[in-house]
Amino acid sequence: MITLKINGLEVSVQESSTLLEAARFLGFPIPTLCHMDGLSSYGACRLCVVEIGEGPKAKLVSSCTYPAEEGLKVRTASARVLRARRMILELLLASCPQSKTIQDLASAYGIRRQRFKQEHEDCILCGLCVRMCEEQMMAKAIGFRNRGEKRSIGTPFDIKSDVCRLCGGCMYVCPACQLRCTYNEPEKAICGGCANLTPPCIEKEHFDDMMCYMDPCVACEIKKD
Amino acid sequence: MKQEAFASSSDRVEACEDVDVTNILRILDKHNEDRGGLIAILEEIQAEYGYLPEEALRIVSDRSRRSLVDVYGVATFYRSFSLKPRGKHLVCACLGTACHVRGAPRIAEELERQLGIKPGETTPDKEFTLETVNCLGACALGPVVVIDGHYFSKVKKSRISQLLDEARKGFDSAEIGKDKRIFPISVSCPHCNRSLMDETFVIDGYPSIKVNITHNHEEGWLRLSCLYGSYNTATELDIPGNTVVKFHCPHCGVEIPCTSDCSMCRAPMAPMLVDGGGVVRICSRRGCKNHMLDLV
Ligand code: SF4
Ligand code: SF4
Ligand code: SF4
Ligand code: FES
Ligand code: FES
Repeated sequence: MITLKINGLEVSVQESSTLLEAARFLGFPIPTLCHMDGLSSYGACRLCVVEIGEGPKAKLVSSCTYPAEEGLKVRTASARVLRARRMILELLLASCPQSKTIQDLASAYGIRRQRFKQEHEDCILCGLCVRMCEEQMMAKAIGFRNRGEKRSIGTPFDIKSDVCRLCGGCMYVCPACQLRCTYNEPEKAICGGCANLTPPCIEKEHFDDMMCYMDPCVACEIKKD
Repeated sequence: MKQEAFASSSDRVEACEDVDVTNILRILDKHNEDRGGLIAILEEIQAEYGYLPEEALRIVSDRSRRSLVDVYGVATFYRSFSLKPRGKHLVCACLGTACHVRGAPRIAEELERQLGIKPGETTPDKEFTLETVNCLGACALGPVVVIDGHYFSKVKKSRISQLLDEARKGFDSAEIGKDKRIFPISVSCPHCNRSLMDETFVIDGYPSIKVNITHNHEEGWLRLSCLYGSYNTATELDIPGNTVVKFHCPHCGVEIPCTSDCSMCRAPMAPMLVDGGGVVRICSRRGCKNHMLDLV
């Protein structure tokens, strides 16, 4: 067992657990976006930041990847942590405003405006789908390609993958696409298509004007008529 | 983001050259079982084909038990790898911060205008590929343009057409006569020992070396410059870049037996005897500029 202080409370947690696991086990909430039980930690979204150490040496680390250490002092909701999370959420809103997950988190953190250039990405590169596909489905059908601003998720050569199991797991875990399932008019939502139609690994050429990779997209089809 | 994915998938159509499985396997064998060796493997394949053909990546993934996503991820991550065939000459304009403030964008625009292509593209005649980089580490000399490995500093717009012309001719040929590393040799067949020099055909102002070559069951003559360090050749056959040919002696007709492989592209190197002692080895791949002189 490792003894550490979380928000001033002295606690013991199992060895080899991360700060996120420790805090959640003890009931301190930490928001996450790119972390999911059953998948390895990746540390992409930084939403789970916590402050460790004291005084001038205090620093922000991502709790989902930081291991619990003996004697560590952790603050999960200090002013600095909250400021950092708000900034991260604002940036996420700037790139992916249609995500219900991100909207909910932003509203929970009291964000009322977004000061950056508005974009409409359909992916925040959290890598959940890639890990889902590799670690739970053992398929490795999709992965990261390119780098920098061209980084994207997809199949090699952008063609139908012959190792994809058509399980839909990648879409199930994606935090960026919830609103796709309602297109942009929630009252007309009728989907579920994601679970049984065509997953993203299918040839993408046909999908340029759709919100998601579904073919046919039920909601979009209705919208067109 | 999706849009880009579409663009790249339509580009792939043109990228289907025949990839020789055994060739790729040989490269894989050299790096066998070493999982960290993926970059080295891809580098070698790129040296061979000039780019990374889709088929080659599939073979690498199949035979080395790496998943195709991983191989593709690495191949698209590094700027030095290209999944599209590239032109004969690679023009690279630096758009890094230092070059940028010294006017690199105008240089890049001028290159785009004169070549008629955008960065990342290849001219239809497959002569030039234009690329941009974000700093070449020669910031004080900016704007920097690199053409076929030759660095040009403080490039002005007015100099570009001349640079492209020189590139078309080949920088190496432009230097003949000025360079001490370039000197004439005369050679003979390693089998029958008869001279391969041909006074009737002059290249670079010297008698040329005459051999016969076969490619695709066609036979014809090839004349090489006898200047060590010059790459000028003439041939009656139409040989695409990157193909490996066989050399035959025009006197005894014997195929010149290749005893070693090119250190740059792994094609066989044909040895010829140098009068006065020694052997010169010439890479049998068209376009590969490797040759070696062992004087005895
Ligand atoms: S649908 Fe295909 S790509 Fe998505 S998780 Fe399943 S196997 Fe992987
Ligand atoms: S597609 Fe979704 S799950 Fe996959 S990286 Fe992008 S945002 Fe994350
Ligand atoms: S198929 Fe249509 S309704 Fe379903 S997720 Fe995609 S866009 Fe939304
Ligand atoms: S949940 Fe920790 S970085 Fe995303
Ligand atoms: S910015 Fe061009 S060489 Fe550094």
